[in-house]
Amino acid sequence: MADSSNSLATASVQTARDSGAPRAGAAPWLLAAPALLLFCGLLLVPLLLTAVLSFHAFDGSQGVLATYTLANYAEVLGDSYYHEIFLRTAGMALAVTVLCVVLGVPETIILSRMKSPWRSLFLIVILGPLLISVVVRTLGWAILLGNNGLLNNALQALGIVSEPVKLVFTMTGVIIGLTHVLVPFMVISVWATLQKLDPQIEHAARSLGAPPFAVFRRVVLPQLLPGVLSGSIIVFALAASAFATPALLGGRRLKVAATAAYDEFLNTLNWPLGATVAVLLLIANIAIIVGCNRWIERRFRSVFEA
Amino acid sequence: MSTVHPRKAINMSFLTLDGLGKSFGTFSAVESISLSIGRGEFVSLLGPSGCGKTTTLQMVAGFVEPTRGRILLDGADITRERPEKRGMGIVFQSYALFAHMTVGDNVGFGLDMRNVTRGERAARIAEVLDMVRLTGLDKRYPRELSGGQRQRVAIARALAIRPRVLLLDEPMSNLDAKLREDMHVELRAIQKQLGITTILVTHDQVEAMTMSDRIAVMHGGHIVQIGSPFDAYEHPESVFASGFLGKTNVLRGTVEQLNDRCAVVRVGASVMKVPHGGRRFEGDVQLYVRPERVALTAAPDATLHGRVTTCLFLGNHWMLQIDTPLGVVRASLPNAGSPPPREGETVGVRWSDDAVRMLAENLTHG
Repeated sequence: MADSSNSLATASVQTARDSGAPRAGAAPWLLAAPALLLFCGLLLVPLLLTAVLSFHAFDGSQGVLATYTLANYAEVLGDSYYHEIFLRTAGMALAVTVLCVVLGVPETIILSRMKSPWRSLFLIVILGPLLISVVVRTLGWAILLGNNGLLNNALQALGIVSEPVKLVFTMTGVIIGLTHVLVPFMVISVWATLQKLDPQIEHAARSLGAPPFAVFRRVVLPQLLPGVLSGSIIVFALAASAFATPALLGGRRLKVAATAAYDEFLNTLNWPLGATVAVLLLIANIAIIVGCNRWIERRFRSVFEA
Repeated sequence: MSTVHPRKAINMSFLTLDGLGKSFGTFSAVESISLSIGRGEFVSLLGPSGCGKTTTLQMVAGFVEPTRGRILLDGADITRERPEKRGMGIVFQSYALFAHMTVGDNVGFGLDMRNVTRGERAARIAEVLDMVRLTGLDKRYPRELSGGQRQRVAIARALAIRPRVLLLDEPMSNLDAKLREDMHVELRAIQKQLGITTILVTHDQVEAMTMSDRIAVMHGGHIVQIGSPFDAYEHPESVFASGFLGKTNVLRGTVEQLNDRCAVVRVGASVMKVPHGGRRFEGDVQLYVRPERVALTAAPDATLHGRVTTCLFLGNHWMLQIDTPLGVVRASLPNAGSPPPREGETVGVRWSDDAVRMLAENLTHG
């Protein structure tokens, strides 16, 4: 082990000298090696295999064939059934992201102004969802939101509605459940930005004649944007590829991309088609995130370069 | 307690703090501050951390609500006025610049809040940037500026709104020594040119002395002394003020006799004559002698003899510590081009009678 790493180090130094590049040494490569191996083994290789699989032909009686085809992509891209699924996924992810911004940003600001014992207590409450198994948490929501659940019983007892509001197996239910899980990511992200803000900045703005709301809108919010953006990217990506919550709260008929891919793999056993859905989900996800990121960074360049 | 110049107090007071105090629970940060500041006057609140100077400034700015007392600005009670209505320009220790705005937008922020026309906005931004010698940097972002330049932007931003009072909250503490001295001179010049009423909060006695018309020395939530820098330095009214404003030697003695102009004080084995300035002293007293008033002498009439323990060269002067029978005496000798006594040498020490200040032993506040 020691020998091989030594020779590796020598080799890389050698190449650095040969190519005439400034000598960086082998240390950075060696330090990054464990993470790099994990990344390759657990992410790149399976991803590559999935991509290859999506080009295989499939036959109902013979299974996956050794021949290559673009038919899977043609099917997914041409079928309105899949269009609907992808639009639903995008809408769901967008709604969850917007809700997380709307809930998470004020939540973080309030949290940061709390006094000592309450602050850590509520931070635990907010991060709580991450500590519970996704299945347990989602089933908990099903109990709360069900036709005979706590929420509907309360609404009926209070006379607000006469019939149960249908929440389970609806998009509303899925969005509520996902928002609950993903808000912590927004809070953590905004929290990190907020901690870097100089508290005297608000005082400065007040003294210059800005009432509290103007201080928030013109001074605090713009400086929180980088945090809100990175939080939104995490939330959007996780929401768009979420599986457990849409599967349990959305049910079999309200399919999103992740559950559709799952069904292709395990119900119709059409692996290539499932792989195609997965690959297209990934591509769409990356395209949307990178696109939004570019746009916002251009729009608010001054904030992001700080 | 605080001796206010009568003319200023009656005729010219522009900003008045009247028995101002702040308690946080049972802890009293500021006991009771009464201070009258004339229009165009530069007053420093000088004291160590925890003396209540920053809390006082925050009450004047409107960020901390006073527990007691009043603040009057130009005759109007502004004690409960919201900070954005007070029209005070504040320069913060951290500068608190808006990182997402250009220098021009930072300076123009206060003008935006006042709905100033575009033309006047541009003119006033240019005017104050010119004043702090940052002409042409209005398109830069704060991160592209040096520490000294950021400080100037902070000053320009506070001046742009033509504040009724300028509040400086330890504004120089993040600058290096050379830059700080330059800023003292420059800021003082701007303040005089604009005739703007200014309060400076600082723990740096040099800063307070170089810039202020008057210094209010604060200790334990009180003003223990107020006066011109020269008066405050030459005639400290308390043990604390004498120790905080410059360096001093403290000797403990007992009044033996009180004459017309002098008190005869026994200090250890020596007897000294100390002018009492018409005040009555008896029993135990403390005597103060500034290091720069202590001289070395070879003559036999030396006040004290002692051995030099350390000798520090500080460029324009030497600082000597001399071990005497009355304790360690510090002497500051101007550098006249010849070397001072070496460490370990025995020297005679003397000072003139009028170099000594006297305070009663039990007197802690002025």
